Amino acid sequence: MIKFDHVTKMFQGGAKAVDDVNFTVEDGDIVVLLGPSGCGKTTLLRMVNRLESITSGDISIDNKSIKRLNDIELRRAIGYVIQSNGLFPNMTIESNVTIVPQLLRWDAKKRHNRYKELMQLIGLDPEKYAKRYPHELSGGQQQRVGVARALAADPPILLMDEPFGALDPIIREKLQDEFLQIQTEVKKTILFVSHDIDEAIKMGDKIALLRDGKIMQYDRPADLLTHPKNDFVSQFIGEDRMIKGLSLHTIKDLLREVGLAEMPHQHYDGKTVAGSQNLRNTLSILMNQGAEQVIVTDHNEQEIGAVTIDLIQRYIAKQIKGKTDASLPFERVVR
Amino acid sequence: MSRKKLITNVVRYVLYALMVLFFIWALQHHYLASIFTESDKFFVMLKQHLKLVVVSSFLAIIIAVPAGIIVTRKSFKKAEWLVSNVANLGQTIPSIAVLALMMGVLGLGFKTAIFALFIYSLLPIYRNTVAGINSVNDKLIDAAKGMGFKPYQILFRIELPNAAYSIIAGARTAIVLNIGTAALAFLIGGGGFGTWIFTGISLFNNDLLLSGAVPVILLAIMADYLLRLLEYLLVPKGVRRSAKTS
Ligand SMILES: Nc1ncnc2c1ncn2[C@@H]1O[C@H](COP(=O)(O)OP(=O)(O)O)[C@@H](O)[C@H]1O
Ligand SMILES: [Mg+2]
Repeated sequence: MIKFDHVTKMFQGGAKAVDDVNFTVEDGDIVVLLGPSGCGKTTLLRMVNRLESITSGDISIDNKSIKRLNDIELRRAIGYVIQSNGLFPNMTIESNVTIVPQLLRWDAKKRHNRYKELMQLIGLDPEKYAKRYPHELSGGQQQRVGVARALAADPPILLMDEPFGALDPIIREKLQDEFLQIQTEVKKTILFVSHDIDEAIKMGDKIALLRDGKIMQYDRPADLLTHPKNDFVSQFIGEDRMIKGLSLHTIKDLLREVGLAEMPHQHYDGKTVAGSQNLRNTLSILMNQGAEQVIVTDHNEQEIGAVTIDLIQRYIAKQIKGKTDASLPFERVVR
Repeated sequence: MSRKKLITNVVRYVLYALMVLFFIWALQHHYLASIFTESDKFFVMLKQHLKLVVVSSFLAIIIAVPAGIIVTRKSFKKAEWLVSNVANLGQTIPSIAVLALMMGVLGLGFKTAIFALFIYSLLPIYRNTVAGINSVNDKLIDAAKGMGFKPYQILFRIELPNAAYSIIAGARTAIVLNIGTAALAFLIGGGGFGTWIFTGISLFNNDLLLSGAVPVILLAIMADYLLRLLEYLLVPKGVRRSAKTS
């Protein structure tokens, strides 16, 4: 658990980069620090491993103030991933991955085993890459190795500063998916910096939206999208927030809440979608096809029913029922 | 890139060819005869010359590299400006003038020559050390720090290996220049191949002149070659390529 308690950062001669920040990160959660460029995300992240000093307030990890811990030991117990260029060009991939265990004086055999384990986790062949150098890898592979390196000494906490920011969109999505998969295995407590609302919705268990060093809203992605606390938040997440929010729900959720429509009677040769598909993509498929409905299949490829725009609309209505907020024009969204 | 390489290679082989022609020409005219007829003297001068270069370069390296390292430490960043400017000023003084100045202080002889050469090599080594360390990507240092490297671990595991190319290239340049400059040591009684070169000049004796000058040239070429080999061995493999392409 990481607790931010009235954390403030003032740079020499500058304004406040981080201004009275309070929030708590629960164990095993990914919290995304989100906001426009220059809002203080990186500074806030770097205060956790004391790369930046705390001007006032306190940060504690498991109820222990980080001010009372030794810098070096603190950092070795926290994984750190940066945007790019973070791998050491003078070291092989294996040395890069096992550098923290080396600093911690693990013996060679244990280090090598850990290396193999981590490479398998990130989906790269350990033998093939052991003696290669970072410049011989693609951007996506380098970033995967960066993640493996941060996980090497099995730290309970990871700090990630726009780790996938420099990659092209397709590779970025792939790495996001892979990383979420890895997280289900390693269950780290993660602070993840991003300026991309879609990435934040996808990666975050919670999102801390910042502006000028202050937290505007700290909430689960679904709550942030459906209940923005102020104009800045609603502007930042955009007019299409309901559509964005649909990516958090799958057809299975819809089936549970409102059920599926009956299968069409006449022969149907349009697309089918899997029940695990999210509703945002389902909606795009519906709109692209200009069809009334799209057929849903279960994990055995059996057709189990159909989804219509009307059903998605009803699902949204049900999601926000009871939460009286006049600024939720879901009809406008799906028309 | 490959075009540049082609031009470099063409220039190199033309130079090699010219050198070979020159040797044939010199040998035919018995211009290198002194090396064989007075080989005792030749070896004494060779020893003197090497000693001048080795001692002065060694001293320069063990002073300039640590100086470059100290000056690039965070707490010394401000001093770097001062030290670099003083060092630059020093470099603008021609080597002959350095010799003349040192003569006034230390008198004539071998030690003065070594001192002058030492002073003269400090700057290229120092400057390349500072430039090499400063050119290491800040993000690398930041990543290392964030992962819990101690300051000396950042220096030895990140900064120096990544700056190795530049540091060694600086030392190589200084040593090769030193081999040529050491010929001037004769002027203040420091010995070396300058003895034959300057005697040859004043007596219009081409034999003596070339018997002194040609070994200096060969020494410089050999040193350059050996030091490039050392560079190849010492610079980490992952850095070598990026240093070449940049
Ligand atoms: N070392 C520094 N010295 C002075 N100001 C800084 C320093 N680092 C960051 N800042 C300022 O602090 C603010 C927040 O920066 P940063 O945390 O990097 O923002 P973000 O990561 O959200 O883009 C910016 O206005 C930036 O100019
Ligand atoms: Mg940033």
